[in-house]
Amino acid sequence: MSWIDIGALDDIPLRGARVVKTPLGCVALFRTDEAEVYAISNRCPHKGGPLSDGIVHGKKVTCPLHNWVFSLETGEAQGADEGRVDTYTVRVEEGRLLMNAIALGKRSAA
Amino acid sequence: MTEKLVIIGAGMASGRVIEHLLEAAPDAYDITLFNAEPRGNYNRIMLSPVLSGEKTYAEIVTHSDEWYAANGVQTRFGQKITAIDRAAKTVTSDTGEVVAYDKLVFGTGSNPFIIPLPGHDLDGVIAYRDLEDTERMMGMQAGNKVVVIGGGLLGLEAAAGMAARGAEVTVVHIMGHLMERQLDEAAGYLLKKSLEAKGITVRLQANSKEIAGADGKVRALVLDDGTELPCDLLVMAVGIRPNTALAAASGLAVGKGIHVDDQMLTSDENIYAVGECVEHNGALFGLVAPLYDQAKVLAQSLLGQEAAFVQKSLSTKLKVTGCDLFSAGDFAESKTREDIVFRDPARGVYKRLVLEDNKLVGAVMYGDTADGNWFFGLIKDGTDVAEMRETLIFGPAYQGGAAADPLSAVAALPREAEICGCNGICKGTIVDAITGGATDLPSLRATTKASASCGTCTGLVEQLLAVTLGDDYAAPQAQPMCACTDHTHEDVRRLIKAKELKSQPAVWQELGWKTPNGCHSCRPAVNFYLLADWPVEYQDDPQSRFVNERKHANIQKDGTFSVVPRMWGGLTNPRELRAIADAAEKYDAKTVKVTGGQRIDLLGIKGEDLPAIWADLNKAGLVSGHAYSKGLRTVKTCVGTDHCRFGTQDSTGLGVKLEQTLWGSWTPHKVKLAVSGCPRNCAEATCKDVGIVCVDSGYQIGVGGAAGMDLKETQRLADVATEEEAMELTVAFIQLYREHAKYLDRPYKWLAKVGLDWVRERIVDNADVRRALVERFELSQTIYRKDPWAEHAKEKAKDYQPLADLTLEAAE
Ligand code: SRM
Ligand SMILES: Cc1cc2nc3c(=O)[nH]c(=O)nc-3n(C[C@H](O)[C@H](O)[C@H](O)COP(=O)(O)OP(=O)(O)OC[C@H]3O[C@@H](n4cnc5c(N)ncnc54)[C@H](O)[C@@H]3O)c2cc1C
Ligand code: SF4
Ligand code: FES
Repeated sequence: MSWIDIGALDDIPLRGARVVKTPLGCVALFRTDEAEVYAISNRCPHKGGPLSDGIVHGKKVTCPLHNWVFSLETGEAQGADEGRVDTYTVRVEEGRLLMNAIALGKRSAA
Repeated sequence: MTEKLVIIGAGMASGRVIEHLLEAAPDAYDITLFNAEPRGNYNRIMLSPVLSGEKTYAEIVTHSDEWYAANGVQTRFGQKITAIDRAAKTVTSDTGEVVAYDKLVFGTGSNPFIIPLPGHDLDGVIAYRDLEDTERMMGMQAGNKVVVIGGGLLGLEAAAGMAARGAEVTVVHIMGHLMERQLDEAAGYLLKKSLEAKGITVRLQANSKEIAGADGKVRALVLDDGTELPCDLLVMAVGIRPNTALAAASGLAVGKGIHVDDQMLTSDENIYAVGECVEHNGALFGLVAPLYDQAKVLAQSLLGQEAAFVQKSLSTKLKVTGCDLFSAGDFAESKTREDIVFRDPARGVYKRLVLEDNKLVGAVMYGDTADGNWFFGLIKDGTDVAEMRETLIFGPAYQGGAAADPLSAVAALPREAEICGCNGICKGTIVDAITGGATDLPSLRATTKASASCGTCTGLVEQLLAVTLGDDYAAPQAQPMCACTDHTHEDVRRLIKAKELKSQPAVWQELGWKTPNGCHSCRPAVNFYLLADWPVEYQDDPQSRFVNERKHANIQKDGTFSVVPRMWGGLTNPRELRAIADAAEKYDAKTVKVTGGQRIDLLGIKGEDLPAIWADLNKAGLVSGHAYSKGLRTVKTCVGTDHCRFGTQDSTGLGVKLEQTLWGSWTPHKVKLAVSGCPRNCAEATCKDVGIVCVDSGYQIGVGGAAGMDLKETQRLADVATEEEAMELTVAFIQLYREHAKYLDRPYKWLAKVGLDWVRERIVDNADVRRALVERFELSQTIYRKDPWAEHAKEKAKDYQPLADLTLEAAE
């Protein structure tokens, strides 16, 4: 895997989110704890709501448009709703956020 | 043949190495031990009990002069090694002594990090590392002021030690909670509470700017918000850096620490390193447990035995009496994990376990740490806990233990906690009445008046009946806020006041939340309750707000936003209209619409453009219209006496004044006002939350109207003669609503619960209560009456941009 530096951990507020634009569409990074960050596709499978604008609670996010709740770990919709978003791996190292370039649709990290 | 072993540093790690060597092969080496400190090995971690007075230095010495002599260890204390000749295999000390070695060991530990703030070299600025630092701190007593920078393990032990000697101690910590590397917010909150009970002041999210001095001596710490914290001594406990200078100068491979392999060997085949000065597989060390493992491996390596150092999970305790905490493993940085949370507000207990693949990977606990080592064992052994999962949190003794008690928050209230705000009745009075025979709600109301007025404390009074009478009383099931708690909105509001809860972690812990940090339904409510009750102490949490309130714009179905600037009382002018027109063009508004609230909506603005369009609108004097908030929306007016032939009072002017007084305030639900100039009511004042109709004799004030999902006509609150009275009544009404209503109840819903008479008693009949409400509203407005657009455009613009854009490079 080739890891690329996406930005600083502290650029994401605790229980907040930021977006990374990629060739595959927007990916949302969620900070669920001091040093815990998850990444999933920013697009809600219901009607395309921007998940990065949702409220983050535990390891879940609630879509801002119609309150579907997604697990940040598995990308699965919770409760009665059915749907799934792609998940991506983020590594937190020394306050920096690293993501796998290939999974994000980039050919090389150079 | 006996070889010559030279050890640099008589620390906790090298001390262990010597013990292991002497035990396994006393004659293998001639040992020479150098130490920069003018003494031999002592138990550094016990400096804290020495500081607090619980131990003496003599009690923490691990190796005495006699011991070294008896075991043939040559000691050179107070002598620092300044150079190494690896070719000649000799070391040179600062006294000029040269000693030859066959094998050399680095045990140089680490150096405390000193933040290079202006003034850091003043006298009285110290770290916390050795006996000298400890003695300096032991000089602090009643009458002395101390500031400790750093709310980690060391900083807190330093603070508690000096507080125990009577000094006035303030801890300044940059993060949102104490010991953030070992504790989560809830445990950090409990720890802060325990320290405060010892008289220590804790300042979180505090950034140090400079150290002020007088005559070369420290005088105060200055924070970046300008606060000055006077001090006689300033202790920096902000972290350590491995002491690698000598190793680097000698040409050894050094990263953040001295590189060692699994045998503790450095890049030189005759030189080893052990303790905090090393870096092993990218990791650094700051606790003794792994150092002891390293010491054992090093001793075996020196004796030619096979051994390898393996990194293990660590656990932490804080050596401050009365602060019972335990933290082990890690509770972050991995996928597929699950939390089990247990809270007992009555006992101040919090426990959280983190599971992954049916194994325990992390544990944090506060208040009751008896099972800490058992959990730590499960973590280290990687035990499969699938079978015990349900009862795991209760520990080994308690498989099948009791669930958290929803009544424990009420049980934990002190007797003087106010339960019934209307009649000022405390818990003690109610409990006395119950034990005196008032064993149901009607008789309690008759004897104490508790819950006899607005009725919103009924839930709490019933819980008190249940707590006091035990099984004899079955409290009716009320609707809890959400699945995170057993309490109703009303109870949470009341308990926030009665227990003076001023942060979200305080609410979660003291009221026994069942989740680590709430959900999208309770967090916005709790955030509002806290900021309404403690406008000065509590800091609004944007992450507990729906996107509209976090981004100060309304989200649209396609993810774009709408932008509605304020038009005070529905008034505008050509300059504002031009600015709006220009912004609409520049930012490509898809639709420009006149709203039902007498102002203009720019729809379809991209999230990334928000700070820029706000900055442009700000230039023309336009500010946020809060069209997105649970707060003041609009004050509709009609043209009134300025132009209309029927106008009786200046309805437009009053509307503008009201809007300028009320804007920016947060309320349980949105609040809309209108002022009409005469009973023809062109501003539709009779269906607003507060609607004023002007008449010849003055102002008719109506409240509790609505025209949304329910159509409600206002009820008459009062008729007044002057504009000042109309303003005062309106503000008092809104503040009463802010202080009492359930989140997401419009005023008409709240009025249906408390009754108009209850409101009248307070704000029409009682001038003192009315004025106090207005004062509290004004206090809150000193913080919230400001334009969030201007603030975000200036300070938070980057948060609206993507963190990174990988599409650009990919296109190349
Ligand atoms: C823009 C506007 C419609 C228009 O084009 O005129 C509007 C638009 C929305 N209204 Fe409204 N309301 C607008 C005037 C009204 C009015 C008329 C008025 O204020 O005089 C009412 C009825 C009066 C009242 O509130 O009693 C009104 C009653 C509602 C309700 C029902 C509230 C209720 O308690 O029953 C909601 C739903 C809610 O707030 O939970 C709502 C919610 C909404 C939301 C915020 C829905 C949402 O959450 O996304 C709409 C945002 C649209 C968007 O994407 O921007 N809107 N809404 C009006 C903005 C006024 C302004 O300048 O701020
Ligand atoms: C107040 C306090 C409380 C602590 N509490 C705990 C706790 O509760 N639990 C826990 O696990 N850990 C605790 N620690 C951390 C623990 O003390 C350290 O991890 C441990 O002491 C490190 O051991 P060491 O041998 O690597 O270094 P040290 O013990 O620091 O020893 C290094 C020695 O090398 C000497 N030296 C350095 N350079 C030279 C040179 N060139 N020539 C000669 N000598 C040199 C130094 O003077 C020093 O005496 C605490 C630390 C402090 C300061
Ligand atoms: S009435 Fe209000 S909430 Fe309903 S569609 Fe129109 S603007 Fe949206
Ligand atoms: S678009 Fe996400 S819930 Fe509807």
